[in-house]
Amino acid sequence: MALLKRLTERDRAVLPFTLDGRPASGLLGDTLLTAVLTAEDSLRGSDFNGEPRAGFCLMGACQDCWVKLGDGRRVRACSTLLEAGVCVSREPGRSL
Amino acid sequence: MTAPPRQAMSTVIVGAGPAGIRAAQTLLAHGLRPCLLDESLRGGGQVYRRQPEHFKRSAKALYGFEAGKAESVHATLDQLQSEIDYRPETLVWNAETRTLDTLHNGRAAQVPFKHLIVATGATDRILPVPGWTLPGVYSLGAAQIALKFQGCAIGERVVFAGSGPLLYLVAYQYAKAGATVAAVLDSSPFSAQTRALPALLGQPSTLAKGLYYRAWLTAHGVPVHQGVHLHEIQGERRVSGVSWQQGQQRKNLACDAVAFAHALRSETQLADLLGCEFAWSALNRAWLPTRDAAGRSSVEGVYLAGDGAGIMGADAAEVAGELAALTLLGDIGYRIDRARSIELQRQLEAIQRFRQGLETAFPFPEDWAAKAPDSLTVCRCEEVSAGDIRQTVADGHWEINRVKAMCRVGMGRCQGRMCGVAATEIVAQASGRDIASVGRLRGQAPIKPLPFGVEADQ
Amino acid sequence: MSQPVEVDAVVIGGGIVGASAALFLALSGKRVALLERDFFGSHSSGVNYGGVRRQGRPLSQLPLSRRAHEIWGDLRAFIGTDGEYMRSGHLKLARSDKDMAALVAYEEASRGFGMELQLLDHARLRARFPWAGDVAVGASLCADDGHANPRLVSPAFAVAARRAGAQTFEQAHVSEVSHDGQTFLVRTASGLSFRAPWLLNCAGAWAAQLAQQFGEPVPMRAGHPAMLVTEPLPMFMDVSTGVEGGGIYARQVARGNCVLGGGQGFALDPATARPGQAAILEILRNAVELYPPLAGAQAIRTWSGTEGYLPDREPVLGASSTQPGLLHGFGFAGSGFQIGPAAGEALAQRVCVGASNIDLTPFSITRFQTHLQSQPHTSSPAIVVPSGTDNVIPLFRGRSNP
Repeated sequence: MALLKRLTERDRAVLPFTLDGRPASGLLGDTLLTAVLTAEDSLRGSDFNGEPRAGFCLMGACQDCWVKLGDGRRVRACSTLLEAGVCVSREPGRSL
Repeated sequence: MTAPPRQAMSTVIVGAGPAGIRAAQTLLAHGLRPCLLDESLRGGGQVYRRQPEHFKRSAKALYGFEAGKAESVHATLDQLQSEIDYRPETLVWNAETRTLDTLHNGRAAQVPFKHLIVATGATDRILPVPGWTLPGVYSLGAAQIALKFQGCAIGERVVFAGSGPLLYLVAYQYAKAGATVAAVLDSSPFSAQTRALPALLGQPSTLAKGLYYRAWLTAHGVPVHQGVHLHEIQGERRVSGVSWQQGQQRKNLACDAVAFAHALRSETQLADLLGCEFAWSALNRAWLPTRDAAGRSSVEGVYLAGDGAGIMGADAAEVAGELAALTLLGDIGYRIDRARSIELQRQLEAIQRFRQGLETAFPFPEDWAAKAPDSLTVCRCEEVSAGDIRQTVADGHWEINRVKAMCRVGMGRCQGRMCGVAATEIVAQASGRDIASVGRLRGQAPIKPLPFGVEADQ
Repeated sequence: MSQPVEVDAVVIGGGIVGASAALFLALSGKRVALLERDFFGSHSSGVNYGGVRRQGRPLSQLPLSRRAHEIWGDLRAFIGTDGEYMRSGHLKLARSDKDMAALVAYEEASRGFGMELQLLDHARLRARFPWAGDVAVGASLCADDGHANPRLVSPAFAVAARRAGAQTFEQAHVSEVSHDGQTFLVRTASGLSFRAPWLLNCAGAWAAQLAQQFGEPVPMRAGHPAMLVTEPLPMFMDVSTGVEGGGIYARQVARGNCVLGGGQGFALDPATARPGQAAILEILRNAVELYPPLAGAQAIRTWSGTEGYLPDREPVLGASSTQPGLLHGFGFAGSGFQIGPAAGEALAQRVCVGASNIDLTPFSITRFQTHLQSQPHTSSPAIVVPSGTDNVIPLFRGRSNP
């Protein structure tokens, strides 16, 4: 279930990407956070309780939107623009 | 990457928001070619953050009453770009004597400086509420960025909560853009805003805008509640509602998103790593790097401008950026327009008086810590609760870095940006100490996370 | 000023050595005052890497280290917390056959101290620790060594000392020490004063000044180990690790964060130090080849501390040769955390029964007196701001633009 709702600027090119191994799509100019959360309702699991998290500050400060890319890099979803074909995977976190 | 000649880098600005851009413009106008380092892709800072390319909304749609200012700041950056050493998407992660350490595109580099203007801006000031880590809960600034930068609302039915000018502005922007604003829950009582009127009248246009947003929301059927204590954000795996206390009444409301904050807090890590002296600011309820009226920090060659050294807003940031640049130029022997410098200082003083009025209108909820339940997650990185912090205080600790060492509050990825204010409040409340005496979380490199395998220019 | 408080011993320095000395003195019924300039365990005792390791120590330290191992084994009984102490094993990696030969030689030489080192060739290393990078050709494992959280353990020794009856004081900067022929008089800047027949100098990197005052100058230098910690990562490593010949060392805590150290930072002022960008980048660049699961991980925090080093990298531990009643315990060269409690206990035994169970001769301060001769100056003035914090450890100096 989507968390974010697109209100405007819908008229952009569609970019296909892969989310957790499944096909997904976003729009040109989306951040990874937008691309994921307009279709899903979380970005990662918290580190010590495995609770769902979906970012918080959207300005690169809270560090609660890290996702993993296909090349092994880990990035902040709020400040990384979507590129066509990118593989994004969400980390489940852990419950201690 | 070839490094530009060293001499070109002797004057550096960190942050391409309104302060940094005006500083760069001023330096360039006097013949200096500064290096402008900024984390974001396109500059503008947070208030005047630009939408990505391919987006089509007008400045008016994005920035409302501030469209003219935003366009002017953006146009200035666009004109400057080719003339200065502008480095977007560049994180400054550390500072040592006369050198900044940067990270760009997975590569570390060093930027030496002789003179530095720190314009690092601010983030939301967060006083956590039970349920705030649920998906669908964002800071007020985040809600605004979702709309401005991505054309998205943070949910279908959004509750806005907290206090500060941003509260009404963002709620208004959401409603204007077609989102459903379920309610605005202002922690400050209406009486506070009446009390603040004399000071606020010093900046009538800003006041008019604030009144306008609030009146517009009411006129459009958005419930606005004042004197509210946000009690809880409900939900299992995402937000399903909020509950709050108003007077003796407990109220509930269904929603799928909440945006909240209590005004802003300064980003001070870089000033800290640079060795700037800090002092307690009662107005900001924070330890801040000290600056003189002209923008000089306590460290020779280091100047402070904008919200990063105390929250005064975007207009003040533009003024302070220009002023700091003029001061710097004067200090190194350039001929500057002294009258302009004095005029800018006068403008800052006027804004400062208005700022005091805002603090009266949107007072800090001093009872927040006492009301925070033990089960409240304060630190969302390390998942430390208010009860954990109180236990640490009960064990005899009261200095905030010491409390951090014992219970990990503020020790996670965000280095206390989100929880530091709240943790300090709880320590003060639990220890019975004055808030200032609890101290401040020390800045530690890296200012933001730094990846393994980083390449370095040496 | 009020009358000095009469105690049996004053301990200067609330790190792990001083705090454990205070604990053992209090447990023996002595009246003891523990004075810490800052907060207990807030300097190198609290900000070190957290290795609790016997493996790799000079043979001279192994008797003391063996006793410390017993104390660590009973940590909760002593200090009321386990401080995240785990006997996870300590794995020392060799990056070359020559380094492996050094590990083999150490295993032989250190037999008899109960470490039971296991030498692992390349295949065994791979089978047992599949995460280890290909640069490791072999390793030596000490299964009963481990690691702990210094932020929690070191202050807990001071808390335990207080519970056992010691008077403990934080923010108590010693401003004056004198001896009138009978007892020591110790004053703090905060207005406290104490009189005691015994004085324990456990002031870490700042201890040389007090030794000097009593005519025992030591060539102590300050070092600033660079440390960093990663964000929480999936568990991949259950041993604390180091590398033969030095370099990077790393451990992963139960919460998933990896703590890494390597190289040297620099002193910001006499009391604080930073790791420096050169050392941080060095770790970030080089750690992945030893610990491949770190690829893609982020370092979230770095720090350093100020640590006293003597030229032979052995501590000074035991009685002063110039001033009866004065005991020294300092200069642990970045590896005092494991051995600290036993060092404190040995000092306490010296006070209580006149001698420690373990021979401290190798650590005598007199080893520096052949070329350094001077007379006691018991009436010398107050201790001022500590000096001796210039950094002489040549590995990776933090600042790139000195």
